[in-house]
Amino acid sequence: MTIQEIQNEIIDEFSMFDDWEERYQYMIDLGKTLPLIDAQYKTEDYIIKGCQSKVWVHADLENDKVVFTADSDAIITKGIIAILIRVFSNQHPKDIIEANTDFIDEIGLKEHLSPTRANGLVSMIKQLKMYAVAYQTQLS
Amino acid sequence: MFDTIKIRKDFPILSREVNGEPLVYLDNAATSQTPRQVIDCIVDYYSNYNANIHRGVHTLSQEATDKYEAARQTIQKHFNAQKAHEIIFTSGTTHGINLVANGFSSLLKKRDEIIVSALEHHSNIVPWQMLCEHTGAVLKVIPMNQDGELVMSEFDKLLSQNTKLVFVNHISNALGTINPIEVIIEKAHQVDAAVLVDGAQACPHIKPDVQALDVDFYVASAHKMCGPTGVGILYGKEKWLNLLPPYQGGGEMIAEVTFEKTTYADLPHKFEAGTPNICGGIAFGAAIDYMNTIGFDAIANYEHELLEYATEKLLAIDGLKIYGTSKHKTSVISFNLEGIHPYDVGTILDKMGIAVRTGHHCAQPIMDYFKIPGTVRASFAFYNTKNEIDKLAEGVKKAKMMLS
Repeated sequence: MTIQEIQNEIIDEFSMFDDWEERYQYMIDLGKTLPLIDAQYKTEDYIIKGCQSKVWVHADLENDKVVFTADSDAIITKGIIAILIRVFSNQHPKDIIEANTDFIDEIGLKEHLSPTRANGLVSMIKQLKMYAVAYQTQLS
Repeated sequence: MFDTIKIRKDFPILSREVNGEPLVYLDNAATSQTPRQVIDCIVDYYSNYNANIHRGVHTLSQEATDKYEAARQTIQKHFNAQKAHEIIFTSGTTHGINLVANGFSSLLKKRDEIIVSALEHHSNIVPWQMLCEHTGAVLKVIPMNQDGELVMSEFDKLLSQNTKLVFVNHISNALGTINPIEVIIEKAHQVDAAVLVDGAQACPHIKPDVQALDVDFYVASAHKMCGPTGVGILYGKEKWLNLLPPYQGGGEMIAEVTFEKTTYADLPHKFEAGTPNICGGIAFGAAIDYMNTIGFDAIANYEHELLEYATEKLLAIDGLKIYGTSKHKTSVISFNLEGIHPYDVGTILDKMGIAVRTGHHCAQPIMDYFKIPGTVRASFAFYNTKNEIDKLAEGVKKAKMMLS
């Protein structure tokens, strides 16, 4: 699936939720269940420091596609990371570079990506794109 | 009987909704809300007498100058400073601290010592580190104990003839501990060290008497005591303020300027370079008048009642731990739910319209001491109610249910 198709799928899924509680419970459950990163990458080298929660990100290139893994010490942040990875992982670097994150607004999680939120997610998205840029250079 | 129903009517913001719920504002230690009386004062300034001060001969400038200087006197009276020119308007507490730190850079020499407390806000640590780098002075730290209190026996050991400055907050922003500044000031003076007290967290709750305390410098911010942001004060004893060199150059702080030499203005203008926050200063005076109308004794009693009620309610929640358990504390409760990140709790509470602070509260050394990433901090003001505390407790229970 393309990034756009995955985003549309997520928007559809979130449209089923009636209120914030259901949305957040879904993200919390995502955050609880997914093992998102290999323990060896949960180090200072891979950390993105938010003011409050920490985020770890790792990237690999497999068959010309970027595979992301990531984690956070806060569970709601981790739930959002799970959604971002579902969108961006296993995609071509060029597509990742060109993609936007407008779907986050549509699923009612906009506040988590505003600059006032100190959770490291804004920096994380920048980091995902930086990895994509680096791999794109490597491929071309 | 403390009439919160009447008081809450003074604060327009308290009737708004957040995320579809009535706002429960429990982040007062970060910034307090503004009563109509102060908002009206700001509107009045810009509607009727906005002008630059101390320079113009025209009527508006005279009126603005009179009001600004009247505010200085209101503040002088509130803090019981001996002289009005011992009150320096600043942009806030951090500015006041930097002003003093900068002034001491010309008074300190190598191996002089500065003592700070382990309970400090970042802004209380960094200026002194910079000062030490610059002068070769040494920074010493009064440690804290498990209750979040300063270990005073260690303070005694740190004090010596080399101590030139002691720096401590009156009340800790992260934990709410009230520090024994009377004892600290007395002991520091025995070795002729100056004492600067950060009153940012204290002034919303108590009325400090700088002469009775015999404190050398005291700093505070208006926005924590019902005033606007961007304005605060530095109180300094006249003899100290005369000793310190000016902090910034500019208009207002000069007496005479030629290219050969500039003579500085007298206090307080020596430290008030450039056009000040005129409206802010006047509104700060209005905020102090407002709080005094309610009365600091009544405020302290009522807030203590809220603190006890909230402590009991929160401790009834299984797995909730409070950080900062001194008997001497103001209406601040820093807490965590076992195994749950404070950021997650804060996010769920926000969804319920409850505003708390989460994170390290700019006091990372304290968080390192407790080995936690941060806390959830609920801080109460005199306009908060027990009903709001019930909502907080319900919110925390819901967060716990969703997150564990």
